[in-house]
Amino acid sequence: MAILSLSGISKNFGAIQALDGVSLELNSGEVLGLMGDNGAGKSTLVKIIAGNFKPTRGTITIDGQEVELHRPVDARNQGVEIVYQDLALCDNLSAAVNVFLGRELTKGVGPFKVMDYAAMNARAGELFRDLRSETRPRDMVRAMSGGQRQAVAIARTRLAQAKILLMDEPTAAISVRQVAEVLNLIRELKRQNLAVILISHRMPDVFAVADRIAVLRRGRKVADRPTASTSPEEITGLITGAIESL
Amino acid sequence: MNAALDDAIKQETHSLSSWIMSRPAFWVFLAAVIACLVLTALTDTFATPQNLFNVTRNFAFVAIIALGMTVVIISGGIDLSVGSTLCLSAMVLAIVMNAGFGLATGTVAALAASLLVGAINGFLIAYIRIPAFVVTLGMLSLARSIAMVLSNNRMIYQFGPDEKALFWLGGGSTLGIANPVIALVILAIITGLILKWTRWGTWVFAIGSNQHAALLTGIPVRRLKVSVYMFSSLMAGIAGVLEAGWLGGVTTNLGQSMELSVIAATVIGGANLMGGAGTVFGAVIGAALIEVIRNSLTLLGISSFWQGAFVGSFIILAVAFDRLRADPELED
Repeated sequence: MAILSLSGISKNFGAIQALDGVSLELNSGEVLGLMGDNGAGKSTLVKIIAGNFKPTRGTITIDGQEVELHRPVDARNQGVEIVYQDLALCDNLSAAVNVFLGRELTKGVGPFKVMDYAAMNARAGELFRDLRSETRPRDMVRAMSGGQRQAVAIARTRLAQAKILLMDEPTAAISVRQVAEVLNLIRELKRQNLAVILISHRMPDVFAVADRIAVLRRGRKVADRPTASTSPEEITGLITGAIESL
Repeated sequence: MNAALDDAIKQETHSLSSWIMSRPAFWVFLAAVIACLVLTALTDTFATPQNLFNVTRNFAFVAIIALGMTVVIISGGIDLSVGSTLCLSAMVLAIVMNAGFGLATGTVAALAASLLVGAINGFLIAYIRIPAFVVTLGMLSLARSIAMVLSNNRMIYQFGPDEKALFWLGGGSTLGIANPVIALVILAIITGLILKWTRWGTWVFAIGSNQHAALLTGIPVRRLKVSVYMFSSLMAGIAGVLEAGWLGGVTTNLGQSMELSVIAATVIGGANLMGGAGTVFGAVIGAALIEVIRNSLTLLGISSFWQGAFVGSFIILAVAFDRLRADPELED
């Protein structure tokens, strides 16, 4: 059964129709590449799944249950986590503290609670090992590579026991070697049976890790194919409109 | 493979010595120590118990307020109203004690007034979203004006039944150390522990570095900001009580332009005005360095008109040094 299922999602902003009857299914352990030109409706769709926007029409089903997501925290409670493009990390804090930011582990009695750095470092270390990332919990994020930063951002979502992970342009603006690191992280998440939606402009990256590719154009889903049965040329044609739909 | 990964994850990146060398506060500390050694060699008057007693007491007031300012600056803000808050606190204390109440009552009233100032600052900054610079600039004017209204702009030098206790608190000493210095040490240790070991401290660093990220992780950013400005005014209020006791009288120009010395001390000590960085140790050392410079000019018989030039140069030098050190990092 699909972990996430969207059915007939539409979203209007006044007279502008950002999304028009989009239906989408996503299974655990599957990576879906979500592609489309600027303004095709990718970010609107992601924001609906993340609880930032309410759809004008259509339903969202998570784990077999129809859900209404009014606020981001509702989505989070349903096991949806987002890794933001800018990663939303604090440079001046250690990797472990970033992982636990907002839900720090403490020890002590009554009002005298102190940060339990040892426990946070240990747990963050485990999460990084699970992700097979060479990221040291005590290191400052300031000094980290793009791949390690991604690992920190993803470890945050692992801490929250996410079932569905939305990744917004994780490979934009990082070096080639770091892209390889990030793609490995995504493969690792897939191996751990997470459902991942990868929003990206970068064709090679999507083809490298996605099981399936969905293309949005002007608010409509124009294609939804297994990666193996399509080609970059075909997807490019679908994004630009040279190929009407499949 | 897994063993190699484990090793990589557990490895320590920095040795203790490289960590210390990378601290701006360390270099300022070094400068202060060298200045003290040079003064000890050049003059007979610096390393006397009386002079050291005076130097440490003089910088204690600025340093106590600098503790609060450090927290505000780490959070990405600024508090220009601390000098006026100090004045208001001292004035409230003086009026209450002058009316015949005890030291405890006076102190509680003074600190309550200070906390109120901080709460108003914080509310306007966090909830109405007026820039901290503007809010606290307004409060700089407002708090001092209130102190003038309350006292009718008169000097108060009679403090009722607990007068001796107040004078001892601010002007006395314990085991040869001036009481304000003891207060500074205690408050510095508390502030340092709070910043390092509580969630509140971590959150202060987080909002100073990336407020957006802090919001996304569910940190109560607005309430946190209010508490940060209240902390700053509380420190100014405490310094106000101590300074009233030391001076033995309160006038409405008490603490005038003190905010500039406090910000100077904080910045010399390595706090980043852009937010996200700063240490308690740095703030105290910064305040100490300013006072040592001031004292040395006096002892060496150099015109006190040069004071501003030296302090100003040090502010710029400290930040320039930090820039030069940080820039190579930006390039990789």
